[in-house]
Amino acid sequence: MPKIMSLDELKALRDNVKNKVDLRIKGENVDKMVVVRVAMATCGIAAGAREIMNTFADMVREHDLDYVMITQSGCMGYCYAEPTVEVTLPGQEPVVYGHVTKEKAKEILEKHIQGGEMVDGIIPVAHKSLDE
Amino acid sequence: MSKYNMHILVCGGTGCLSSQSNLIVENLERYIKEANMENQVQVLKTGCFGFCEKGPIVKILPDNTFYVQVKPEDVEELVKEHVIKGRRVDRLLYQDPTTSEHVEDSKHMDFYKKQQRVALRNCGFIDPDNIEEYIARDGYAALGMALSMSTQEVIDEVKKSGLRGRGGGGFPTGLKWEFASKNAADQKYVVCNADEGDPGAFMDRSILEGDPHSIVEAMAICGYAIGATKGLVYIRAEYPLAVNRLQTAIRSAREYGLLGKNILGTDFEFDIEIKFGAGAFVCGEETALIHSMEGMRGEPTTKPPFPAASGYWGKPTNVNNVETLANIPVIFLKGADWFASIGTEKSKGTKVFALAGKINNVGLIEVPMGTTLREVIYDIGGGIKDGKKFKAVQTGGPSGGCLTEEDLDTPIDFDNLIAKGSMMGSGGMIVMDEDDCMPAVAKFYLEFTEEESCGKCTPCRIGTKRLSEILSKIVSGKGTEEDLEILKELSQVIRDTALCGLGQTAPNPVLSTLNKFEDEYIAHVREKRCPAGQCSALLQYKITDKCIGCTACARVCPVNAITGAVKAKHTIDQEKCIKCGACMEKCKFKAIVKE
Amino acid sequence: MSEIKITIDGTDVMVAPGATILDAAKKIGVHIPTLCHLDLHDTKMVNQGASCRICVVEVEGRRNLAPACATPVTDGMIVNTRSIKVLHARKVVLELLLSDHPKDCLVCEKSGNCELQDLAITFGIRDIKIGKDGAQSTYRKDVSEAIVRDMDKCIMCRRCETMCNKVQAVGALSGVNRGFNAVVAPAFEVDLIDSVCTHCGQCVAVCPTGALCEKEHIWSVVDALADKDKIVVVQTAPAVRAALGEEFGMEPGTLVTGKMTAALRRLGFNYVFDTDFAADATIMEEGAELVDRLTRFQNGDPTVKLPILTSCCPAWVNFFESQFPDLLDVPSTAKSPQQMFGAIAKSYFAEKMNIPREKMVVVSVMPCLAKKYEASRPEFNRDVDISISTRELAHLIKQANIDFVNLPDEDFDNPLGESTGASVIFGTTGGVIEAAVRTAYEVITGETLEKVDFEELRGFEGIRNATVKVGNLDLNIGIAHGLSNAKALLEEIRNGNPKNFHAIEIMACPGGCIGGGGQPYHHGNSEILKKRQTAIYNEDKNKVLRKSHENPFIKEMYKDYFEKPMSHKAHKLLHTSYEAKEKM
Repeated sequence: MPKIMSLDELKALRDNVKNKVDLRIKGENVDKMVVVRVAMATCGIAAGAREIMNTFADMVREHDLDYVMITQSGCMGYCYAEPTVEVTLPGQEPVVYGHVTKEKAKEILEKHIQGGEMVDGIIPVAHKSLDE
Repeated sequence: MSKYNMHILVCGGTGCLSSQSNLIVENLERYIKEANMENQVQVLKTGCFGFCEKGPIVKILPDNTFYVQVKPEDVEELVKEHVIKGRRVDRLLYQDPTTSEHVEDSKHMDFYKKQQRVALRNCGFIDPDNIEEYIARDGYAALGMALSMSTQEVIDEVKKSGLRGRGGGGFPTGLKWEFASKNAADQKYVVCNADEGDPGAFMDRSILEGDPHSIVEAMAICGYAIGATKGLVYIRAEYPLAVNRLQTAIRSAREYGLLGKNILGTDFEFDIEIKFGAGAFVCGEETALIHSMEGMRGEPTTKPPFPAASGYWGKPTNVNNVETLANIPVIFLKGADWFASIGTEKSKGTKVFALAGKINNVGLIEVPMGTTLREVIYDIGGGIKDGKKFKAVQTGGPSGGCLTEEDLDTPIDFDNLIAKGSMMGSGGMIVMDEDDCMPAVAKFYLEFTEEESCGKCTPCRIGTKRLSEILSKIVSGKGTEEDLEILKELSQVIRDTALCGLGQTAPNPVLSTLNKFEDEYIAHVREKRCPAGQCSALLQYKITDKCIGCTACARVCPVNAITGAVKAKHTIDQEKCIKCGACMEKCKFKAIVKE
Repeated sequence: MSEIKITIDGTDVMVAPGATILDAAKKIGVHIPTLCHLDLHDTKMVNQGASCRICVVEVEGRRNLAPACATPVTDGMIVNTRSIKVLHARKVVLELLLSDHPKDCLVCEKSGNCELQDLAITFGIRDIKIGKDGAQSTYRKDVSEAIVRDMDKCIMCRRCETMCNKVQAVGALSGVNRGFNAVVAPAFEVDLIDSVCTHCGQCVAVCPTGALCEKEHIWSVVDALADKDKIVVVQTAPAVRAALGEEFGMEPGTLVTGKMTAALRRLGFNYVFDTDFAADATIMEEGAELVDRLTRFQNGDPTVKLPILTSCCPAWVNFFESQFPDLLDVPSTAKSPQQMFGAIAKSYFAEKMNIPREKMVVVSVMPCLAKKYEASRPEFNRDVDISISTRELAHLIKQANIDFVNLPDEDFDNPLGESTGASVIFGTTGGVIEAAVRTAYEVITGETLEKVDFEELRGFEGIRNATVKVGNLDLNIGIAHGLSNAKALLEEIRNGNPKNFHAIEIMACPGGCIGGGGQPYHHGNSEILKKRQTAIYNEDKNKVLRKSHENPFIKEMYKDYFEKPMSHKAHKLLHTSYEAKEKM
């Protein structure tokens, strides 16, 4: 990575990576790219997030779901509902699930990711983001 | 893709569950089935909407209709009107309290979103190990902007934002930067205080784990403002994941040229080193923190000199807490005026709280300053667990005090909390219900400070020990009225004479519980009674007339304290009883009570 | 900078910026009680932890009370040192301290010298309400040959820690544990004997309570005196006579040589001798060694090590054995005067008087606690049986109801009681090297030294250096007192001796032996040290003989017994060797 030498270069990189993130999601399979984010902060991991992350990875590998990207994030704040998992279907608002167990993960994968149906256990977004 | 064209979300949060949201789900499913629409409409149970005041909540997608205070008997109408005919049921819509109009689309009802994420803006949304995700969300642009300003302009911007230290003291951050910038020296330091020690508070950890680059960026901005080329993060070694994420962030920032020499093509040079703490609470106090970083005993020293004049190795040092720093980039991105528009007159921006205790939605929340305790506890926290009665909330951790029912509508900010006998602290919020005994709560906190006292000054070293000893006496029924007098007197003197903030605030839990719940103390001392029923030493197990004489309790009692003939009421010998509670658990007839 | 005005208890006072409230109060005679605070500015020892909180005062506009000892004055500051709030807070703080302090004052070694006791008296504490049945912090008692640590009595003032680290650079003591169990101790709470402690006793000298005391031997002395089969010989170090009077209410700096001798005789010692005699012998040996090394050096001998370092101070010996093990061949091999005396008494004198070794008991009276440790070193074979401090001697005199102040002056016994002015000044910083120069000058040049006062070697500065003309030779001399200064000088030597020192004198204690750990407590008044120093130089001035080699009994001893300095016999009895010691 060459060093960023100015604010303009930084902005160019920002626009580029924004596209890159988009590309990664929409890329080859625009209709189907799904992002699964597991909250992997200490609280999440303590509640079993690592196992949930592995479960998703295993399932994705097993079913050869190359349109599903699994990634991590920090704490979403819903400690009472850890582990939490955010699922973003292409073109849709992200949906956060709480209290995700292995069984729930399976259900999320089969119904939500593969079938487009939401399942029980959604945590509604109840906060304003920076731009609201 | 989905076979459903309509989703009905029903709040399954504890608050709504207790107002029969389960029955609502059942009814919805029944009426939808009756209408033969189960293949088109899906009913989902969700977590808490954070609007418990108006629960149970039912939200219908895709048209975003938000129904409030829905009762099971409303479901039939809801299905027939909304689901089948596509007509909104106006009477169940949320009514805007100012305009009295029904709000149809929840997109227009942000006002129920009590939370506003500024410090936590990226937590949970980006991959913390990926610098590009941070950059994609305008990361490091604030640093770029700052570097194009003069150092004084940077300081002025922070001053104008009204940002105050989030670690507890609430000192204006811009002013702190200005002091450090004005003290000339060959070397200065920026220190990030990540020694989060307040029991129950973990927002700093979450920020470092979820958005480490915001701290790296803020420290670089501060370094530029005060003229420091070196940054240090003092972090407790018990936060391995945060350390790991931060190390990755520092490494990537160096790779991208955002740390090191000639940052963004300017002359500015800055780098960050991580220093580990061993987890002593007092090391959150800035002078103690600095001594600890220097390899010395983590002990505070008298101020002045302040770190801004003589800090790390005697050089001007600016110490800011993690959450404080997390706000910095936003101030530049969105402007000081934007930041200052959030919050109250003297407390700007938002504050992250760690909600814990007897509350349904335990977790990390961020609200604008000025939000009331009621909103935090009921609308965000989902109210008290198991439908119990709210008794008090401890803010400011072991240094703070408790607030009660009468304080629920106080807007939370630095000054209001102090005026109410508590403090903001680092943002721990522990909710207590009717079962919590206040002298026992005070004892819990005093045991903490006694344990965490560094032992340097007399009032803290010996004083907190004595306070905790007296509280132990009181909760075990051995306290006297003289003890209460000593408790008050000693607390006052410790507050007046202790060396650092830890000691000076250590008696706060005692003073505030004494102030608001003196009757509970008196009950313990005079009547040897614990009104909350928590202090086991003051409780007695008794057998009521419900006893049928089955002898189960007598057989389970480990000390043979229960006697009685078969089929006759049994009795407990209070002298022998060790209050283990085994009898009560065994009794099938609820004939044994604790009082 | 111009002075600023503050108001204390209604009185205006002008003080320099940077001064503390305590400084300002002193200026107008307002006494604010203190406990942890200690300011011995002449020795650069300032303990300003502001940790005891006894000195709190009310400052207008300040939320809480301010520690007077560590709060700098600001212009227009209004201070109240005796408001009810202040007095009440001080009393509660004192009660807290007392609530975690053993109440065995009657049998405590520091009783009467205890600053905590003084405060309890001043405040009229009669009942300790707080913590009546509360826990007491307790620790394992640590008894070394020199120092007794009873940390149950520690009040965490940290004076000892400041002394040990800042002034002495020894680093044996520091705060350990947290909260109620916090205490000052060696690392990992090992015993002092296993630590880098040099037993200099400066911690004892500044400890306000009975937490740090000396290992007492008063009753062993009494037992020896009571034993009819024993011949008890006593030696008294030069610095003792300049301080002992203080224990009897005499003005600091009063010389009590004659009264001390009289008292010792009345206590029943069979022979009352003077360590000064051995100091003269030390000069004979150490001076000869210096001359030998210098001569060989000038003749180009590559094996010779310069500078030569004095070795009279046992704490200093402990210090370099553990901290400078690579420089063990630099110090002189001459034993300290105490051990030379012991060796001479049990060989030359014993043979002369036909006293069997096992019948003789040598008692030394020292201003020093390290001497207790030194006497116990195995290589010295208990030449000195018992070493007591100046303070212990005072106790002995008091319990024997001797009216010390009104005693007549008496002389020491012969032969080991005769001494010169050179040996007397061993008691102060700069004295040993001055004594050595007086003798070396005459040995090297063969001329008589007319002006024996080397003013350039005297003073109180921590590190001093001077060049003395000895014939053709410019003798470069370094002097350090206080081990942190010694350490700085030693590091210079380790780095190649850039100032070309030929000889260096080191004394572990600030001021030299006059400020030793066994002296009457100075309670933070460093003027006392200066007065003792003046007394020592006066004693030197009043002596007829002022050069060690002129001591007639020294001459006789060499003639009859040792032949000459550094002879085979002298080596065997009057010299020693050092070994590297690894300590915590």
